[in-house]
Amino acid sequence: MLAQVDFVPVATPTVVWAGLVPLMVLGGGAVLLVMFRSVVKRLPTDYESWVTTALGPVTVVAAYVLGGVAGQDLPLSGVRSNVGDGWFYLGFLVVLAVSALLVWSLDIGLDTAFTVGVAVTTLSATWMLWGDRVMVDGAFNSIGEQLGVDGFSIVFTGIMAVAVGLTALLLDDYIEREGVGGVEMYVLLMLSAAGGVVMASANDLIVLFLGIETLSIAAYVLAAMHSKRLESLEAGLKYFVLGAFSSAFLLYGIAFVYGATGSTNLIAIRTFLDANTLTDDGMLLAGFGLMLVGLGFKVAAVPFHAWTPDVYQGAPTPVVAYMASAVKAAGFAALVRVFVVTFGAYRLDWQPAVYVLAILTLVTGSVLAVVQRDAKRMLAYSSISHAGFILVGVQAATSRGTAAVVFYALAYTFLVIGSFGVLTAVSGQGDRATTLEDLDGLADRRPALALAFTIFLLAQAGVPLTTGFVAKLEVIGAAVEAHSYWLALIAMLTATVSAFLYLRIVLAMYVGKSSEEALAAPRARIPTAVILVIGIAFVVTVGFGIIPDPIDQLARDAVPQLVASG
Amino acid sequence: MSEVIVFFFAAAIILVGAVGVVVARNPVHSALFLVQTLFGVAIIFLIQDANFLAAVQIMVYAGAIVILFLFVIMLLGVDSAEELDVDPIAGQRPLAVVLGAALLGVGLTVVLVAAKGITGARATAGGEHALDNGLSDVERIGRVLFTEYVFAFEATAALLTIAVIGAVVLTRRAAAADMLPDREPASFELPPLAPAIDEEEEH
Repeated sequence: MLAQVDFVPVATPTVVWAGLVPLMVLGGGAVLLVMFRSVVKRLPTDYESWVTTALGPVTVVAAYVLGGVAGQDLPLSGVRSNVGDGWFYLGFLVVLAVSALLVWSLDIGLDTAFTVGVAVTTLSATWMLWGDRVMVDGAFNSIGEQLGVDGFSIVFTGIMAVAVGLTALLLDDYIEREGVGGVEMYVLLMLSAAGGVVMASANDLIVLFLGIETLSIAAYVLAAMHSKRLESLEAGLKYFVLGAFSSAFLLYGIAFVYGATGSTNLIAIRTFLDANTLTDDGMLLAGFGLMLVGLGFKVAAVPFHAWTPDVYQGAPTPVVAYMASAVKAAGFAALVRVFVVTFGAYRLDWQPAVYVLAILTLVTGSVLAVVQRDAKRMLAYSSISHAGFILVGVQAATSRGTAAVVFYALAYTFLVIGSFGVLTAVSGQGDRATTLEDLDGLADRRPALALAFTIFLLAQAGVPLTTGFVAKLEVIGAAVEAHSYWLALIAMLTATVSAFLYLRIVLAMYVGKSSEEALAAPRARIPTAVILVIGIAFVVTVGFGIIPDPIDQLARDAVPQLVASG
Repeated sequence: MSEVIVFFFAAAIILVGAVGVVVARNPVHSALFLVQTLFGVAIIFLIQDANFLAAVQIMVYAGAIVILFLFVIMLLGVDSAEELDVDPIAGQRPLAVVLGAALLGVGLTVVLVAAKGITGARATAGGEHALDNGLSDVERIGRVLFTEYVFAFEATAALLTIAVIGAVVLTRRAAAADMLPDREPASFELPPLAPAIDEEEEH
């Protein structure tokens, strides 16, 4: 009987493994780490530090080999043919030695070193995908028509990797200091970032939704990780309940769009919308609206922002750095891919909605930020106003607008991780000393930290010679080019209002007097890893603020595309 | 015609159940109303010829998941009713009613106005395997899962991994002695909501 069954041949989707390398490194790294730690609770102290140091060279080799898998050739093959094999291997050995030395001098734990290694490997893979494939042969699909690889998705993958690496470095000392969490924080961080990568490269609304859920569920848990603080538990619960609620909106919107277009595939939806004019587009428009609500929640756009201040204040500070950078960036990646690229033909219908959202977000974010007394809360509101700026770029719905979104997301990632890096260092045991009173007189106690924080805040305010200025310039330029003059004007006005808030923190640090408690407290050592994070953020912010051309070019090349057929 | 009658019948079951979940004061009643809703959805699946989905709907959702809900409710104490008399944020309930009504209005408008051409295009999911090629629905789901939606399938696996890790992590709570004292919210902002957490403070 069985032999008589007719088998219909199954057309399996084409898989381009190279395009999946960043995703597999992040996801596989997380699984490896959790498996390792569930078997080995803790290595004997000597071995632990040896293995950690060894992870430096291992990372370099993994980045080299997996970069080669992602690209068409091994990384640096151009350099290799220029300088000759001998010198190249010598240089490679030097890099290996330096990496071991670096890990050793950072004095970080095994889990941190592993996570940073995963982030570096992901970055190497994205770099090779960018230079060796997408910029040479153009965008392609990695699994059937479900996951695309284009400049846009690669840049956002890079942002995820950067956020994971820097957050892991911040977490290293934090976990020890607070006595909370452990390896699961790194694992959730990597898995969450993998979800972000899926979001940025999804070519199907179902895949997009799964990416969002992966990103968010890990973030909910991370927000509640400081199990000794009620605020943290509350933040996790609040984020979870509201996040689940917003996911329902998104899903409802996806269902409507599916009903109107007959597909959840972005490529098919765009083909359909380009070729047909719907006589009744009510269903499609309702779908747009509901999806905008769902994605607006993820990027904390007003009026879907209510969770942000409480969650940012309650969640562990390094986790906030991750949420403000990676989660927000992934949300905007999805917003651009779905609305600007897929629903481009209907932009006259959704642009007004985004226009209003952008204005509300800009005004609410900057005005409410001014009256806060806690720096984490202030930065939460400021992150809302930054979301407003990025929405200005989305609203333009032009290639220049998209480039501005990419630039802003890149710049803001470093800015916000730097800012929360400083707050991690000063928040003290219990992760609480983040009110303005606690920051009073920081410049006397910690001149270098205060200076770095000042630069990050000024950059967020949009002072020239920082990436923050160029980013704001780009979005406003895009808005003007799209003839959204009022929006551009409001964006500039709110930038002025929020400058007041940043200056208020700066003033507290430089003019305020340290409380006696703060002066009496023993001067805690700031871990090297945190200094490294702040240093990297500082160099990027100022360096690319003075010479913005490389990032600018990168943002312009990061074009989101939907490529039909794999 | 019979399909329409069955649809409205099932829709009534679903709606009554859904309203019941929200309105019922006793959590066990809510869970039972949820079973009713899920049953109605299963009927809708049946009239769409999705027999397998209907079976799964009943076995997994009405069976396993609601039982799990009931289990948790029993574990936490059946008689712990929620305090509904105090409005944590003044005016949020009337506002919720207004916004909910507005949302319902939008939904109804969309459905009623667009009733003549509600679907812009014929569904393409499943490609050449869609509907009329004589395959059983189980076979069709299997094919679609391993071709068109293979990545979504794998991503779901990752999602479940995270859910497991997250659940395990969150069940480990700090000892009461380790808890840091609660600090006043450092702003004029709305007081923290979430009555569940406020309750814990008092204990």
